[in-house]
Amino acid sequence: MEQVASRESGAGEAVAVEFRDATKRYPGATDDAVRGLTLEVPAGEICVLVGPSGCGKTTAMRMVNRMVEITDGDILVGDRTVRERGPAELRREIGYVIQQIGLFPHRTIADNIATVPRLLGWERERIDARVDELLGVVGLEREIAERFPAQLSGGQQQRVGVARALAANPGVMLMDEPFGAVDPINRERLQNEFLRLQAELRKTILFVTHDIDEAIKMGDRIAILRQGGRLAQYATPAELLMAPGDDFVEDFVGADRALKRLALMRVSDIDLWEAPLAFPGQATSEVRAKLDGAEVPHPLVIDAERRPLGWMSDSDLAQATVPAQPDTRPDPVVELDDVMRDALSDLLQAETRYSPVVDPQGRLAGVLSVEIISEFLTSDEALVEEHPAPERPLAEAEEAG
Amino acid sequence: MKLAFLDAFTGALDFIFNQREAQTGGVEVGGLGQVADLTLDHVEVSAIALTGSLAIAMPIGVWLGHRGRGELLAVAIGNAGRAVPELALIAFMVAFVGVGLVNVSIALLVLGIPPILTNSFVAIRQVDRDAVEAARGMGMSEPEIVGKVELPLAVPTLMSGVRTAAIAIVATATIAPLAGVVTLGDLILSRNVYGDDGVLAGAILVAVLALVVELALAGVQRLLTPRGVLLQRAPAAV
Amino acid sequence: MNPGVAAHLPLAQGDDFFQERSDTGCVQENGFFCAQWAFENFDRYMSPLLEHIVLVSVSVFAGFAIAIGLAVLSHGRRWLVPPLLGLTGVLYTIPSLAFFILLLPITGFGRTTAIVALTAYTLQIIYRNVVAGLANVPAASKDAGRGMGMTDQQLLWRVELPLAVPELVAGLRIATVSTVAIATLAVFAGAGGLGDPLLKDITFRTNVIVAGGLAILLAIAFDALLVLAGRVASPWRKVRPV
Repeated sequence: MEQVASRESGAGEAVAVEFRDATKRYPGATDDAVRGLTLEVPAGEICVLVGPSGCGKTTAMRMVNRMVEITDGDILVGDRTVRERGPAELRREIGYVIQQIGLFPHRTIADNIATVPRLLGWERERIDARVDELLGVVGLEREIAERFPAQLSGGQQQRVGVARALAANPGVMLMDEPFGAVDPINRERLQNEFLRLQAELRKTILFVTHDIDEAIKMGDRIAILRQGGRLAQYATPAELLMAPGDDFVEDFVGADRALKRLALMRVSDIDLWEAPLAFPGQATSEVRAKLDGAEVPHPLVIDAERRPLGWMSDSDLAQATVPAQPDTRPDPVVELDDVMRDALSDLLQAETRYSPVVDPQGRLAGVLSVEIISEFLTSDEALVEEHPAPERPLAEAEEAG
Repeated sequence: MKLAFLDAFTGALDFIFNQREAQTGGVEVGGLGQVADLTLDHVEVSAIALTGSLAIAMPIGVWLGHRGRGELLAVAIGNAGRAVPELALIAFMVAFVGVGLVNVSIALLVLGIPPILTNSFVAIRQVDRDAVEAARGMGMSEPEIVGKVELPLAVPTLMSGVRTAAIAIVATATIAPLAGVVTLGDLILSRNVYGDDGVLAGAILVAVLALVVELALAGVQRLLTPRGVLLQRAPAAV
Repeated sequence: MNPGVAAHLPLAQGDDFFQERSDTGCVQENGFFCAQWAFENFDRYMSPLLEHIVLVSVSVFAGFAIAIGLAVLSHGRRWLVPPLLGLTGVLYTIPSLAFFILLLPITGFGRTTAIVALTAYTLQIIYRNVVAGLANVPAASKDAGRGMGMTDQQLLWRVELPLAVPELVAGLRIATVSTVAIATLAVFAGAGGLGDPLLKDITFRTNVIVAGGLAILLAIAFDALLVLAGRVASPWRKVRPV
């Protein structure tokens, strides 16, 4: 992913977005679409609006850029109320990404991306440079700049949609199920790339989705909405998973919320056990001595660089010296950086109780077991150190840097 | 804008209602009797041609549309028909075939067939394929499908083609006198006999006739369109 | 019966076009197509042809401008569409010859009358097609455009109308071909055109073929030109997914 080199002036700074008792009532409707929504999104964070179909989450998002007009209450973007700003002018400072993308079929990709800069009257060179930069940022080749939307795949179109929203470097972005129209594999890739992008750009983002897993993955804060646009709970993902406010939230989050928490953590986040260590050629009597009172009742053989070679079985222990190749292989070997949920899955799949954990260089850091994980989850101090969304572990298809 | 044109129109109206002496002298022209005669002639000529066009073009168009074949042909004929200048057509008839009702009718057929053919084809093609599939699945025979499913659903576009043909025929019947068939157009073309008032009267009558025909056919369309189809928006004509 | 059936004069005045014909046998016998006569006298058709081209071009262009204006007017005011369709429909229904004659007392003899009538005739098809084209603009593109900060006017001129171009061109093609055909009657309004030589000697076969043929060729030429213009104006249409 390329560095966003240029620093665009003015609108670039991320600002906070605040809903103050915002309400939307459609004439003739029996209920409000959104009722009394109050929440604050700190600058530079991602707030996910999530809820069942028709709960008003998209309406609430569209109230921020006045695509839907507020009936009561107020919305502030960076301390300025949106009600007193001209709609078109306001929208040019807010990035807008919708599910069906809505690229202009009659314009090239470059022209599409350049839409808002053109509306703002940028000079030609500045626009061209920015388009070029953005194509790199969203991971598209420069050659597609002169193509038309009909020639791009769904995933590519989605990226262009994001690039287009970023073009004028807005401080706030509104995204309505932006990855919804893509297949699950591409969706995951797009989510990961977007989080990496956000790590650099740090924009204030309002993100709408109906998928609670996407919300937990993408959100620094999550706002769960009920029917009629009423706020059920506004919390960080960890809080939401550990302390759902009521039955509705609990149902919506899902019965597997404990497992969902594991997706938020890395192996390095918890305290590991220690196993008695053995070196090849060492006298087994020494090893046997260490076994008393050890957390892990099996010795682990490691080499000179502390790399795990395997577990010693009883027959291994009966020998005079520690073998270089123990009876039991060390697999599955887990890495410190691994997502906790994936580590648990590996353990369960291999049907082993213990797994050596290594650092990025392959050196032993500790031992992981299913019990450690379940102990951790049920302990009172399990308020995990919340990572901001862009720094959460991402399930990778290929290893990134 | 000079108000003189008001005089012209008054004169034309007078021509319609009152007889007067011909410019060439001798005979009486104008008046409701002659107007009625000419109008009837015009309607007769047009009706013959329209009926003929319908009889020839609609079955072909419907059948082609039902089978889904010959799209290129149907569309090409429609386009070609639009390009034929009516005056040239009548002239062609006069120069190559001669004068008389038969020849004029052929010319009118040439103008009336394309819009009906094309629109019939398109109208049937546009019918919801799912409805046709369902009908076939329920055991309807092909002719039954055409008659009970496709045609009723195709009425708006079909009738729009008929209206286009009717207007083209009524319009060309106006210059039929050039080929020896007397219609309301005679008033326009024989200024030396009917005078300026007659010419204008002829134009007024032809225009009114065309509008009446259009309204009548629109009424027929309304009657023939099934209630369910009326509730949808009618597709644009070709 | 009615007097004045056979012999009649067209309203247009003009020089004696065909009094001079070369005395070849073909012409005497009024053969199917006398190539030599046609070749020698071709220049006599040039002026009517030019008049014809001017009539069609001006009328279609005027019709295009007015129809777009009407479409912009009725954009966002859907209640205007049926009455406008009705109004342009009436203009379309009135047979062109009658229309020319009806205009004569108002606009007099000559090109203006013809152009007014021809323009009126094109309005319905162009208007209807532009409206249909505007209705087919993808809703997502409109939402995105508005959400990015385009005003309604900007949206209309930068997104909606350009995307309606294919339908517009289709309507222009139909209108143009029809106008070429109808303009042969412009001679009755005193505006010349290819109807002029046609009417001068309606029994002379070669004349009919040349004049009529030129009209048809002209229609084909205009149509091809518009197809080309349409392709240039909508480059995004011919691309296929890569």
